[in-house]
Amino acid sequence: MPASFTPTAIDYLRFLPEILMIVAGTLIMVMQPLLGDNKRTAFSSVTLVGFIAALVAAVAANDYPGLSFSNMLIVDGFATFFRVLVIGVGIFTVLSSSEYLRREHAASAEYYALLLFSVAGQCVMATANELIMIFIGLEISSIATYILAGYLRDDKRNNEAALKYFLLGSFATAFLLYGIAWIYGTTGSTNLADIRSFLMTGGGARNLTLAGTAAALMFVGFAFKVSAAPFQIWAPDVYQGAPAPVTLFMSAGPKAAAFAVFMRVFIVAFGPITNRWEPFVWSSALLTMVIGNFAALAQTNIKRLLAYSSIAHAGYVMVAIAAHNQVGVAAAMFYLAAYAFMNIGAFAVITHFSRQGEKYVNVDDLAGLGWKQPATAALFSIFLLSLIGVPLTGGFFGKFYIFKAALDANLVWLSILGLLNSAVAAYYYLRIIVVMYMHEPGVSTLTLEPLSPGIRTTLWAAALGTLILGIFPSLLLNFATNSSALVK
Amino acid sequence: MTLLDLVIFLPLAAFLLILFLPKEHVDGIRRFSLVASIAIFVASLGLIGPYWFGNPGKFVFETDLPWINSPAIRYHVAIDGISLWLLLLTTLLTPLCVLVSWRSVQKRVKEFFAFLLLLEFGLIGVFCAFDLFLFFVFWEVSLVPMYFLIGVWGHERRIYAAVKFFVYTMAGSMLMLVGIIYIYNQAGTFDYAKIMAGLQNGSIASSYQEQLFLFLAFFIAFAIKVPIFPLHTWLPDAHVEAPTAGSVMLASVMLKMGTYGLLRFCVPMFPVAARNCSGWIVTLAIIGIIYGALVAMVQPNMKKLVAYSSVSHLGFVVLGIFSFTQQGFDGAVYQMLNHGVSTGALFIMVGFLYERRHSLEIDAYGGVATPAPRLATVFMITMLASIGLPMLNNFVGEFLVLQGTALVNFRWAIFAAIGVILSACYMLWLYQRVFFGKASGEVSGLRDLDLREYAISVPLIILMVWMGTFTQSFIPSISTSTAVILGPVDAKRDVHVRNATHGALRAQQQQGVLPAKESVDAR
Repeated sequence: MPASFTPTAIDYLRFLPEILMIVAGTLIMVMQPLLGDNKRTAFSSVTLVGFIAALVAAVAANDYPGLSFSNMLIVDGFATFFRVLVIGVGIFTVLSSSEYLRREHAASAEYYALLLFSVAGQCVMATANELIMIFIGLEISSIATYILAGYLRDDKRNNEAALKYFLLGSFATAFLLYGIAWIYGTTGSTNLADIRSFLMTGGGARNLTLAGTAAALMFVGFAFKVSAAPFQIWAPDVYQGAPAPVTLFMSAGPKAAAFAVFMRVFIVAFGPITNRWEPFVWSSALLTMVIGNFAALAQTNIKRLLAYSSIAHAGYVMVAIAAHNQVGVAAAMFYLAAYAFMNIGAFAVITHFSRQGEKYVNVDDLAGLGWKQPATAALFSIFLLSLIGVPLTGGFFGKFYIFKAALDANLVWLSILGLLNSAVAAYYYLRIIVVMYMHEPGVSTLTLEPLSPGIRTTLWAAALGTLILGIFPSLLLNFATNSSALVK
Repeated sequence: MTLLDLVIFLPLAAFLLILFLPKEHVDGIRRFSLVASIAIFVASLGLIGPYWFGNPGKFVFETDLPWINSPAIRYHVAIDGISLWLLLLTTLLTPLCVLVSWRSVQKRVKEFFAFLLLLEFGLIGVFCAFDLFLFFVFWEVSLVPMYFLIGVWGHERRIYAAVKFFVYTMAGSMLMLVGIIYIYNQAGTFDYAKIMAGLQNGSIASSYQEQLFLFLAFFIAFAIKVPIFPLHTWLPDAHVEAPTAGSVMLASVMLKMGTYGLLRFCVPMFPVAARNCSGWIVTLAIIGIIYGALVAMVQPNMKKLVAYSSVSHLGFVVLGIFSFTQQGFDGAVYQMLNHGVSTGALFIMVGFLYERRHSLEIDAYGGVATPAPRLATVFMITMLASIGLPMLNNFVGEFLVLQGTALVNFRWAIFAAIGVILSACYMLWLYQRVFFGKASGEVSGLRDLDLREYAISVPLIILMVWMGTFTQSFIPSISTSTAVILGPVDAKRDVHVRNATHGALRAQQQQGVLPAKESVDAR
């Protein structure tokens, strides 16, 4: 440990996004008793300003890469990528939530404050360079998300979602913490680079076995957070029960951040013992894709359907991790960004469509949307086609790049099975398009009101993002490729 | 920017423009689509120039621009003698499909024509992409509009048919995608020419095992699209449920994506594997020819009958390709075009009948020739073309395929010829039941062809006669390109075949069925 505990100015600069978000969150908590609950616009504006400032700070911090706060945090391309991604998700969540909160007569101040804290936690995860910081970031993010999942506290489904998420989540976090303890006991360090060099120089077969066990324990924790099989059981219930904009947030932000730490820990710290963890990441990837896609076939509730779809997509990203090469990391980064766009878009449509009390959340309720609100349905179709993986969308290119990485690593069978899975997936996504365009409109569609400005912005921006990533992937891919070298 | 780029992107531009037209002005939308698709067709006629009046090299109208840096994906398009005609088939049929749908599509007119033009964009792209990734993109892009055309504007079981069509094709394409990525990882490029070179000098897929797997990955994707028995089950559903324009584009052009893929990618890239697999593939093709014809014979539904006849006809194309002879290849390509023209025309005629009587059941008709003699005449010419009557187009294609097959294995040719006989049976029987006899009830009041319907049928009839008599307009350009593909897989390498070839070819040239070009190959 270096002796200096006084942070320098550049330390603060590197940590500025988190600081800004925490300040904005705290500010909202103070504003609420002073202004009362009715100043919704004030709260959402402060949140947006906080996020945008944090976004600018995150981009600016990228010009000052390096370690800070006694090597606890690291700012590199990888961290910046995920910081920008989760803050972007935060901005979209704010835009899609304001209408929802008004509709449900829910207090908005705490909601936005929790959102800011959660994203701040995810940014800490993205920049964390040692296990304790990872744990702290994960907890900041998770605890805020637990509360958000049950935000409408009079709603039974919200309660169920929050309780399940909290209990199972804490259980999984305990595994993670136990794994961290094992690692500390074995290697004497929580710093990722130190763990790596310890495992590189050997330390004897017994130590490698201990580290392997620790990797397995930590895998449980991370697999839970990214909803990878066999730890995905919570996801459908929670996604279905939570308020729609919170599901939008959960499926994109926390998941991306969890994948970021997953990759950083397993590729940096556990890089030397790849042969020990690759088989179970491999099998988990396959299992996740199969469970997600086949269970989604039978769903009638659209939130639940998308929950299973999000499990399946976690499986695709796991394929990239199983490849454990640099292309794989870049592919996972690109895929998570593309997935954020298309999934945010899809859930924003549901947020808009479900109406008060989330009355209309069945696939069949969408009947005839294509003719009642052509623009909404067309945008939704773009997101769904991207989720299927049709070319010229981000989803296709992401999938292409992931399976390219997998074939690079000679995972031929995993690639074949994974891609055949996506043909199965086409079936349930198409069902939504079928209902929207090929069924006659019912009550649920005819009573639909026009899009609110926030949701409209989200939809168009997400669709634009999906298409740009599909047609000009180089814009993002070059950055991802340049920052995918986690081990320096 | 070459003429080809213009032809590729005009449909996309027209598609985008339609999206901005107000949806209430249905007539304006129809007229715009017609004008746009005719303009595209006229522009595409310019592509024939080098083939009829110039001296084309291997590829013409080549454009090669970087699209994505890493992975190295390029916008690389060009045409050769095979692509040219398939491309023209697409651009010719699109305006005809617009005309066909003029009255029959009444709901959601704007979206219908938009999807039709988007489909044209995808199909044109497929036939001229010379970058594997670009090919795959166009391949998948053409899937989406067809899915909507079937699913929204189709008949009763349209949704089932549309989803089945999409998922079936998707499953095949995913295998192809694995193959494409696998090749890229070894070659570092998606470029067709570079990959071909790499495969030939052994720097890609050096072991036979790899080649065989890659061949199968591509083959299954294309076989689903063709479709080759037993992967054909999506086809009758899709054809029957699609609206007329959808059936026409599906049968005439989309099925050719599969056979085109076999000829452009499967065979030349993996010649050894293709030769080794030809035994069972030919068997499947022959089963398809006979099975398709037999099933067509017992169909009570006209569209289903034509759909199964497609399975049979496409079997000939596959047979021609996997005979690995110059005649077989030329015949296969020619048969692709013939099938596009004559089966497209059959679907259009069936559509005419449906517009009048609102039934696809053969039993609902009988004696149509009495109230509508002109329709009966046009239908008859089309039907005779489809059977393979000399002087009409299908005869030439079937003849070349059978001849090419006979050079390699005479028994195959005999079995395939049974299919030709059967096609006469089911077609003539269909014609008899629909057009002959006494017109009763509703049928007696059916109106005859109107101007619009003439405008649709006459160009196709002219083309059938032209392709059946003036083969010189088409075959030389096709042969030049197929000869290139044939090189490494030529069946003539087998000595005994060479001896058999000699006499047969000379006899052919004397009859004038084959162009003089063949004499060089025959030696």
